[in-house]
Amino acid sequence: MRIQRFFSRSFVHFAVITIAFLWTLPTVGVLVSSFRPENDVKTSGWWNALKHPFEESVWTFKNYSDVINANGIGEAFVNTLVVTIPATILPITVAAFAAYAFAWMKFPGRDWLFAMVIGLMVVPLQVALIPILRLYTQTGIAGTFLGLWLAHTGFGLPLAIYLLYNYISQLPADLIESAKIDGASDFTAFMKIVLPLSTPAIASFAIFQFLWIWNDLLVSLVFLGTNKVLTVKLSELTGSLGNKWHLLTAGAFVSMVVPLAVFFALQRYFVRGLLAGSVKG
Amino acid sequence: MSSQPQTSTNTEPRSRNNVGLAQMLLVPLALLISILVGRWSLGVMKDAEAPRLLVVGVALLVGVFGIWIAYWLCNELLNLIPSETLREKIRPIIFVGPALALLIIYLVYPTVMTAYYSVLDKNSEAFVGLDNYTFAFKNRTIQIALRNNLYWIVGVTTFSVVGGLIMAVLFDKVRYESVAKSMIFLPMIISFVGAGVIWRFMYASNPPGVGLLNAFIGNFDYKPVAWLINKSVNNISLIVIMIWLQTGFCLVILSAALKAIPADIIDAARVDGAGELDIFWRIIIPSLKTTILTVVTTVVIAVLKVFDIVFVMTNGNYETEVIANRMFTEFFRNQNYGLSSALTMILVIAVLPVMIINVRNARRQRG
Repeated sequence: MRIQRFFSRSFVHFAVITIAFLWTLPTVGVLVSSFRPENDVKTSGWWNALKHPFEESVWTFKNYSDVINANGIGEAFVNTLVVTIPATILPITVAAFAAYAFAWMKFPGRDWLFAMVIGLMVVPLQVALIPILRLYTQTGIAGTFLGLWLAHTGFGLPLAIYLLYNYISQLPADLIESAKIDGASDFTAFMKIVLPLSTPAIASFAIFQFLWIWNDLLVSLVFLGTNKVLTVKLSELTGSLGNKWHLLTAGAFVSMVVPLAVFFALQRYFVRGLLAGSVKG
Repeated sequence: MSSQPQTSTNTEPRSRNNVGLAQMLLVPLALLISILVGRWSLGVMKDAEAPRLLVVGVALLVGVFGIWIAYWLCNELLNLIPSETLREKIRPIIFVGPALALLIIYLVYPTVMTAYYSVLDKNSEAFVGLDNYTFAFKNRTIQIALRNNLYWIVGVTTFSVVGGLIMAVLFDKVRYESVAKSMIFLPMIISFVGAGVIWRFMYASNPPGVGLLNAFIGNFDYKPVAWLINKSVNNISLIVIMIWLQTGFCLVILSAALKAIPADIIDAARVDGAGELDIFWRIIIPSLKTTILTVVTTVVIAVLKVFDIVFVMTNGNYETEVIANRMFTEFFRNQNYGLSSALTMILVIAVLPVMIINVRNARRQRG
């Protein structure tokens, strides 16, 4: 019995470690490659670098400095920040006000409108591409950051409202009622009570939305013209620099730095966000 | 929904009934200033000649703070209305109005328009009935795309859900669970484009010696395979990337549900002599049924719209086309708006059942 137990435990450890190792291997490969000199990257597999890890000629930072300066990845990084920060804050703000109204205010058509929000959660954003691009060309905001923020806000709203509503509607009714009896308006109740208490839900959604926009290719490709974001730039490099493998690796890692930092710093909220709303359109 | 704001009480503070003179003057002034600043910053952002740093600075300030000022101003303007009943009737509009406006502009209106464009010709000029749809179903490339979408849905959903489930059960048994889990769901934070670059190094066949997979099979004396070009494997190669990205999601959700199963049920089964497999099939699977369904739905919807991976890896060549990529090509490159819209509508129709079920569930919960 004991021997059998030992074997099954070893099997579990073996399986877990193998799976985790295999899953990480592709990423590690590119991370290692990104620090190898151009010629090495193009002629031998990345695992060869690990055979002589202490030889200086095996490692270099040149790929990073090249890709950031000469290939416009540095500029794309700034553009991505400019796109991502407002496009995260806007939907949260708009959704928080709406979620409060759906949870604590009475107005005609409320239930129908909320059902519409739920329905819109799964609509593929592809539907928006042609009509919105036409609309943008007519109004002259095609290719601006503003146009892109608003588009991301629109696409992120259904999920944002749904997640924040689930949280805000569960807050104790007494809190909000007593504030009102003390003379607070809905606006004050929202700003002073509901918003501070909703920080966990807001944080979860913020991470979600942030990563989603940071990693988005399609929406930026269609709406952002000349100010290229990281994903667009990187996908161009994959095409035009088909033979410059060494630059691709460094470019890929530059694009991952921020998501990685967010992930490691706020993993708890990230998981909570995933658990709270798993249907995204 | 348990309580509603009280709209007519006599506890209303005096300050809101008698609008102060200062407020009467300051709020319109603030409004005027915001409109001017707003117009100016819009001009800066549209101006291609403006210095980059200025554009970036203005963009961040407007994007981050502008929205809060806008809500605050609207609310203050509303407070200028003397009649309280009217005020409280209008207030919900300030709260939900912007959200509804955005939803209508960015999702409702486009859906209607896309449906409309899908029955018009290439340039959205003449009515062509269902021609775009019949063309789509007869066209060889699009037939391949439809077939591939099916492969993707079956392949990715099966492997990422089953994989996620097996991992959830296995990882639950070790003490370093959280580290192992992080390693599996790390790919989730990587963009599809980044994942594309990563997997290029796995699949590389040219230059020789660079690709890990070919080096690996080389150990067993197999010849290198062009994983992304060879038509018998390339779809699988692409699908594997998506499985790699999605399994973490399934793992996280399923693992949380697994931990919610009361431990005494499993312990009791063990005491009664149930083996690990019995526990898995008779306790774990039935308890996770609804969660599995949710995960499956989410993955199917995500896979249905898959675009980025195909776009950066093969751009649909060598019979790896999928609907979303075809839609993009018809729209962006061929400017065939009719066909492109019809392809989008195929995606919309495919998610329709999920939409209906979601709305139904939500209404039941609230009712």
